[in-house]
Amino acid sequence: MDMSKILVIAEGKDGVLRNVSFEAIAAAKQIDHDAEIVGVVLGKEQLEEQAEQLVHYGADRVIVVQHEELKAYTSEGYGQAVLSIISEEAPDGIVMGHTSIGKDLTPKIATKLDTGLVSDVIEIQQNEGRTEFIRPIYSGKAFERKIITDGITFVTIRPNNIAALEPDTSRNGEITTKDIDIKNIRTIVKEVVRKASEGVDLSEAKVVIAGGRGVKSADGFNELYELADVLGAAVGASRGACDAGYCDYSLQIGQTGKVVTPDLYIAVGISGAIQHLAGMSHSKVIVAINKDPDANIFAIADYGIIGDLFEVIPLLVEEFKALKSTVNA
Amino acid sequence: MNIYVLLKKTFDTEEQITVSHGEIVDEGAEHIINPYDEYAVEEAIKQRDAHGGEVTVVTIGDEDSEKQLRTALAMGADKAVLINTEDDLEQGDQYTTARILTAFLEDKDVDLILAGNVAIDEASGQVGPRLAEALEISYVTTITSLEIDGEIVNIEKDVEGDVEIIETSLPLLVTCQQGLNEPRYPSLPGIMKAKKKPLEEIELDDLDLDEEDVEAKTETIEIFLPEEKAAGRVLEGELDEQVKELVSLLRNEKRVV
Repeated sequence: MDMSKILVIAEGKDGVLRNVSFEAIAAAKQIDHDAEIVGVVLGKEQLEEQAEQLVHYGADRVIVVQHEELKAYTSEGYGQAVLSIISEEAPDGIVMGHTSIGKDLTPKIATKLDTGLVSDVIEIQQNEGRTEFIRPIYSGKAFERKIITDGITFVTIRPNNIAALEPDTSRNGEITTKDIDIKNIRTIVKEVVRKASEGVDLSEAKVVIAGGRGVKSADGFNELYELADVLGAAVGASRGACDAGYCDYSLQIGQTGKVVTPDLYIAVGISGAIQHLAGMSHSKVIVAINKDPDANIFAIADYGIIGDLFEVIPLLVEEFKALKSTVNA
Repeated sequence: MNIYVLLKKTFDTEEQITVSHGEIVDEGAEHIINPYDEYAVEEAIKQRDAHGGEVTVVTIGDEDSEKQLRTALAMGADKAVLINTEDDLEQGDQYTTARILTAFLEDKDVDLILAGNVAIDEASGQVGPRLAEALEISYVTTITSLEIDGEIVNIEKDVEGDVEIIETSLPLLVTCQQGLNEPRYPSLPGIMKAKKKPLEEIELDDLDLDEEDVEAKTETIEIFLPEEKAAGRVLEGELDEQVKELVSLLRNEKRVV
């Protein structure tokens, strides 16, 4: 049998590859351990370093596409570039991160290729010679096990769930640059307004500090940001806090809103409605801080502190700062 | 303006999920309009009120889906279409759904299609972009603002918390993100009027499709529930002692900080 080929579409942000790109390489190897992994890097300029990084993380070769129209993501620009590569490479599989871009782009590609697509995969298993994909449904209240019955293996993977391989800087792989004609762009990104908390993306964060109605005000959220700063964490919120106007809806975690699976989730002043639990209950370690000992959130928390968050958070900030200084010393 | 809204019936977000024989138990569960689709219905009504035209709400489902369509009509949509696949389809996937909607819409004069960003059950977010691609129209997902000025459309798109300011043109498909609007509750007169609004029911046959045309490309072979999490530990003692213990546990036992 010929060796199979899997395309991994990488994704950068602010000139740096997102970790999910490396996780996608690991996922491709889980689909077929012997497959040739071909990385794809798209952008306007200076992509060589990213291409090399993909090789270090397991790509056998990398195709780089640099074009003025790929400066910002549009489904039209990226779609044309990726489809052109697919038609040349004829891969047996495609893996991409289930990110804002991945979610937007992959259904378009799947439709053009007339194939299926399994989105938001959190685990890949080999059973009786077939590849099975596990994905959450009902925001993690349940899971489904899926197989692909027709066409190529096309999946997006949820960030933070499939571990990337250890990078090996001694690995070598061919890096080729491809010129692609991109035309008929009808959708233009005129501006990007930065609102997300600096640097740390909620869906990829290792630590999430989430506030609920108990935080009481937008000012109250500042305390959460201070704690997040110390831990390099992202800040999230319950629907209650968003509805009350304490923070932006883009921070909402839950059945409507984002689903997150960080290593550590600290729920602050969140009662734990079922819709919220759906968005965070698969976090590895959950800490709940709440005044109300009967709050639902304690039922799923690994550790709970019953107390006033405005007393607890400053103590936590101090304690983590102290920990950091001993670690760094 | 001809506006179409894609609507899906989902479990109420309050519902616990139970599984029996590898399938989700549907019996007795409360159903609602997928919350993201409610933003789509609301936005469609607003755009129609501003620019004129007609709002048609479309769903693929069974006879029970009429309830959610009537709710959308009561909110202010003009017409509803139920594509009833109960007798024809055992299992479909997003490919199936998009194929059916494409067949329904491809001969229509469409200016704007609105859908939810995702459905809260399957949550793949595939159907909107798939449909747009099949109809060869532009699409923008996860929008939080929509302004139409003639053929020009100005959009704000949520990108993982950041906002992209986008310019594009009609015809267009958009998927709606939280923050776009505040969906209205149906008024009593709205509910009365909705009973008389047209609700057309069609089947695959009416779209010149048979089962093979829409056969899924993926298959769900099992549905299962997450493992029950053992109850955790509520810390005790003075608050500063608790905080010290917590940090130590996270550091030394769980190794997450």
